[in-house]
Amino acid sequence: MKILTQDIKNKIDALKEHFPEGRQRSAIIGALHLIQHKNDGYLTPELMGEVADYIDVPAMQVYEVATFYSMFNTKPVGRNNVAICTNISCMLRGANKIVDHVEKKLGIKLGESTKDGRIFLKKEEECLAACCGAPMVMVNHNYHENITIERIDEILGDLE
Amino acid sequence: MNSLAENLVCFNTFNESESWSIETYKKFGGYEAWEKILKGELSPEKVIEEVKASGLRGRGGAGFPTGLKWSFMPRSQPGQKYLVCNSDESEPGTCHDREVLRKNPHALVEGMAIAAYAMGATIAYNYIRGEFIQEPVPRFKAAIKAAYEENLLGKDIRNSGIDFDLYAFVGAGAYICGEETALLESLEGKQGKPRFKPPFPANFGLYGKPTTINNTQSLASVPSIIRNGAKWFKDIGVENSGGTAQFSVSGHIEKPGNYELPMGISFKDLLELCGGVLGGRQLKAVIPGGSSVPVMPAEVIMQCSMDYDSLQNAGSSFGTGAVIVMDESTCMVEVLRRIARFYMAESCGQCTPCREGTGWLYRMLSRIIQGQGELSDLNQLVEVANKIEGHTICALGDAAAWPVQSFLKHFYHEFEYMVKNKGQSIVKSDAEVAA
Repeated sequence: MKILTQDIKNKIDALKEHFPEGRQRSAIIGALHLIQHKNDGYLTPELMGEVADYIDVPAMQVYEVATFYSMFNTKPVGRNNVAICTNISCMLRGANKIVDHVEKKLGIKLGESTKDGRIFLKKEEECLAACCGAPMVMVNHNYHENITIERIDEILGDLE
Repeated sequence: MNSLAENLVCFNTFNESESWSIETYKKFGGYEAWEKILKGELSPEKVIEEVKASGLRGRGGAGFPTGLKWSFMPRSQPGQKYLVCNSDESEPGTCHDREVLRKNPHALVEGMAIAAYAMGATIAYNYIRGEFIQEPVPRFKAAIKAAYEENLLGKDIRNSGIDFDLYAFVGAGAYICGEETALLESLEGKQGKPRFKPPFPANFGLYGKPTTINNTQSLASVPSIIRNGAKWFKDIGVENSGGTAQFSVSGHIEKPGNYELPMGISFKDLLELCGGVLGGRQLKAVIPGGSSVPVMPAEVIMQCSMDYDSLQNAGSSFGTGAVIVMDESTCMVEVLRRIARFYMAESCGQCTPCREGTGWLYRMLSRIIQGQGELSDLNQLVEVANKIEGHTICALGDAAAWPVQSFLKHFYHEFEYMVKNKGQSIVKSDAEVAA
């Protein structure tokens, strides 16, 4: 499958217009979001190279960005991105129990993906800014707040 | 308790259905201030004067007076100038900017337009954290679109001679990008590594041009200040802390939530408003302004009011207004270790004291929890923290150090107990009380 489709190219072009002439480097992060979404949630050196060529920046500048930000994955991961927040507010409301439960249920540790490629359990160090709904989990960028063991089972069960 | 004035500023549309629409926003006087400017009825100088007089201070954590910050911009200097909004909300415990983006994005759009006008900036970016890509980002983008459609943004808006273009920029996950110069680097498409200051962004900011970076809540507060007057806003709050603040109250609390309340509300009242400590248990400690600020024991914060001066005088800081409540069942060693892990993971790695020191702190705390700590580790922790503090380019180093210093200052006995008892916590029950 071709990843850098005309549709993606158009979207990258639209992004570039937000920035002054010669500052197309600013479009790298947005372009990587688009490409990663299209490529089942991860980036490859080849894809990064294509982005660099299209935006017209050195490939190194794209690698630097892809490896710095926590939302970019540079290795294959499961199709569904599950990030359980364990930062302080969530921890105080039982996040670690949710993590233990999910790890046991899926048979993987944080940072790993299930063998069938269905779920990637992200090691989430950051606070996801939904502290008043702690504990929370972000699934494919959707926020679920006030989760319980029962609720997380449902959420995971619904993933394809 | 007396009925407290809630939701006066950025949250004022929150009880409406479709609180995020331009129609709702206009019902609350939205865009009146901006239209007044477009009609030529308010000079940039007057805007800055009003914001200065309102007592509004940066809500992103540092608390720097907003109007004063704006006055640092070389307004009359020719050439491009930029305004950047910091919606990279990621200070642990803080979640009110997300509410503004989701529920009242037009307050921010209007606030940014007014701010840019006051500073002579014609282009602005709102840097929104990547994790907000699904809901807050589309809401904000829809608000921009609606404002363009009503000719509130663009070039020579309504023949006023005023240009203002506004874009949303989506980040990709990095706490450090909340630091203003790291944010600028990220906006330029680079790794988010803070810059040396000086030069300050007002002289050398985005793409090397004069730039001002303000927090979401600060900017979203501006329209109501201009609309209702500086005095109105100032009088809501207390001396040195004008207006309202958004408190994100989380942790061991009956009614966690985002509350927009007058600055200077007593902690006791805030606690009561939030239904008290979870399960009626005893309060042990509170982190009053996001995980970076020093922790306060219950007996200290119970005497405080929630404003810049009161919290500073009591040895902590207002920070982001993220109030993290901890009850008697909390193991302070576990909490500190989790905080230390966060700063270790989020250090950008530029400065040795922070890159290495944050790892030391985490590993020493882990050693204590695993029952292999020694009493000398407790002094060592503070020493390492002291060597990070003030020795880094940006404030992440300080933010990593302050929790360590304050936890050990106020809860030394818990650390000592754990070392002496080979990893057993002084609180018998699990630190994690299920909600």
